[in-house]
Amino acid sequence: MAYSDKVLDHYNKPRNVGSLDKASANVGTGIVGAPECGDVMKLQIEIEGDRIVDAKFKTFGCGSAIASSSLATEWVKGKTLDEALSINNTEIVEELSLPPVKIHCSVLAEDAIKAAIADVKNKRDSEKG
Amino acid sequence: MKLPIYLDYQATTPVDPRVLEAMLPYFGAEFGNAASRSHAYGWSAEEAVSNAREKIAKTIGASAKEIVFTSGSTEAINLAMKGVADMYGAKGKHIITSQAEHKAVLDTAKHLEKQGFDVTYLDPDQTGRVSVEAVEAAMREDTILVSLMWANNEVGTLNPIREIGKLCHDRGVLFFTDATQAVGKIPVDVEADNIDLLCISAHKLYGPKGVGCLFVRRRKPRVRLVSQMDGGGHERGMRSGTLNVPGIVGLAEACRLSRESLDSETKHARALRERLEKSICDRLDHVHFNGNREHHLEGCLNLSFPYVEGESLLMGINDIAVSSGSACTSASLEPSHVLRSMKVGDEIAHSSIRFGIGRFTTEEEIDFCADKVVEVVKRLRELSPLYEMVLEGIDLSTVNWTGEH
Repeated sequence: MAYSDKVLDHYNKPRNVGSLDKASANVGTGIVGAPECGDVMKLQIEIEGDRIVDAKFKTFGCGSAIASSSLATEWVKGKTLDEALSINNTEIVEELSLPPVKIHCSVLAEDAIKAAIADVKNKRDSEKG
Repeated sequence: MKLPIYLDYQATTPVDPRVLEAMLPYFGAEFGNAASRSHAYGWSAEEAVSNAREKIAKTIGASAKEIVFTSGSTEAINLAMKGVADMYGAKGKHIITSQAEHKAVLDTAKHLEKQGFDVTYLDPDQTGRVSVEAVEAAMREDTILVSLMWANNEVGTLNPIREIGKLCHDRGVLFFTDATQAVGKIPVDVEADNIDLLCISAHKLYGPKGVGCLFVRRRKPRVRLVSQMDGGGHERGMRSGTLNVPGIVGLAEACRLSRESLDSETKHARALRERLEKSICDRLDHVHFNGNREHHLEGCLNLSFPYVEGESLLMGINDIAVSSGSACTSASLEPSHVLRSMKVGDEIAHSSIRFGIGRFTTEEEIDFCADKVVEVVKRLRELSPLYEMVLEGIDLSTVNWTGEH
C-alpha cells in the first residue's frame, strides 16, 4: 500500500509522543479502540482554563492511525475545548490524504479528542460538584 | 546487498538460474506441442515432458505415470478435492480438513459443502499442528477424503503426515496433502508417507510460476478422479490442455536441484533462522514464536511483537520484504485465519511477521534484518499505549475497550 507523504512524515517523526499525568485535574485522557481491531489510541490534553496548552499521544495501530493521532495532537494544541470539539474526521482524511480503507483511523482520532475532552470536563464538573 | 532484502520465500522464490537455463530451449527451437505425434517437433517436446515426469516422480518417490501437470497448486487442489468428491460422492459425503489450510483448500471445501458434502474443519493446536487422534475422532463411516497440508505456509508447522496417511489407509479413506511448502524443503516419499494425492507448485522451489502438478496414486489404492477441465483429454484424461513444456521442464529441474541440495539447504536455512531469531530475541522482550519448535520448516520464522501493530511494523521495516500475519494490508481488518485457528490471541495475531529464508539468503541480510526489526519494534513500542499499560502492570484482557469501529 502506498502512503501519502504526510502519513509517512508523521509516522517517521511523530509529534507529541508521550504521556501526561492522568491523575492531574487539568489533564484529560481519551483511550479509544481495541487491540482486536488492531487500533488503540491514547490521546491526552492539558488545559489552562478553557484552552488546551499541551497534548500527547500514544497509538497502537497502522501508520495511518499513528499519523491521524499525531496530527490530532498538533491541531488541538492552543485551541479552546469547543474549538477542539469541532475538529471533524473528514479534515484529518483530507490533510493526510487517507484512502477509504483508512478512514476509520481518522474517526478514531476524532473519537480520541472527544473522549479526552469529555474526561477533563468530567473532572472539572466533579470538582465543582 | 540489494534492498529491499527478500525474506518472503513462502510467498514465492526466484527462479534458479540453472532452472531458467534448462527452460530456455523450450521457448525457442524446441517449441513443439507435446501432443503432436506426427513430427519431430512434437516428439522432442514429448520427450522433454517424459523426462521431466521421471525427475519429478523420483523427487517424491512416485512413478512417472502418477504425475498430472497443472497450472500450479491451486488447480491441483481443486482437481484433487473436487475430482475425488465427484468420483466417490456416491460412496460417502464426508470430508475432513483443517482451519489452518490454505484458502485454496478451504474455499474448495466450501464449494463442496454447497454441493451437499459435509466437511469437518479440525482446529489445529496452538502450534498449528493437527493430531492423528483428532483426525481419527472425526472419521465417520461415510468419510471419503482427508485433506491436510504438509507444511503450513504462514507458521511453517509440519503435520504428522505419515501417521495420518497410515490411519487413512487403514480406514480405506483417501488422503490428499497440499505439499506446496514441503516439497524441496523436507524429504517426501509418497510410499513411506502413505499419500494418495499430493500437489507441488514450481515457484515455491525456485521454479517458474504457472506450473505445478498433482500426484495421483495408481495402485494400492488406485485413485480415480473426475476431470475438472473438458478438452483434449491430456494427462490420461485428468487434465485437458496443451502442456506447458518450458514450465514442466523448469519444474523438473527445480525438483532435481532441490533433491540434490536438500541436506545443505536445510542446514543453511536452519542456521540463518536460528541466527535471526537469536539476534532479535536477545535484544527485545515480549517476542512470541508462532509455530511448532519440533515439527517445523527450517526456512520459516513467524514471530509476533505484541503491542506493536503488524502493518506499522511492516511500514518501518520497508527495506525488508516480508509478510504480516495481520491482513490489514489487504484492506480487511481480519488477522490471519491461521493464527486465529491457533487461538494465539489478538495481540499476537495482529503483530505477527513471517520471515521466509531461502537458497539465496545471506548472513549479511539476516543481520541487517534483525537490526532493523529491533530498531523499529523499539521505536513503535515507545509509541504504543498497550506497551505502556503492560509496563504499568495492567492486564490488557481486563481493560474495557471501546472498539467503536
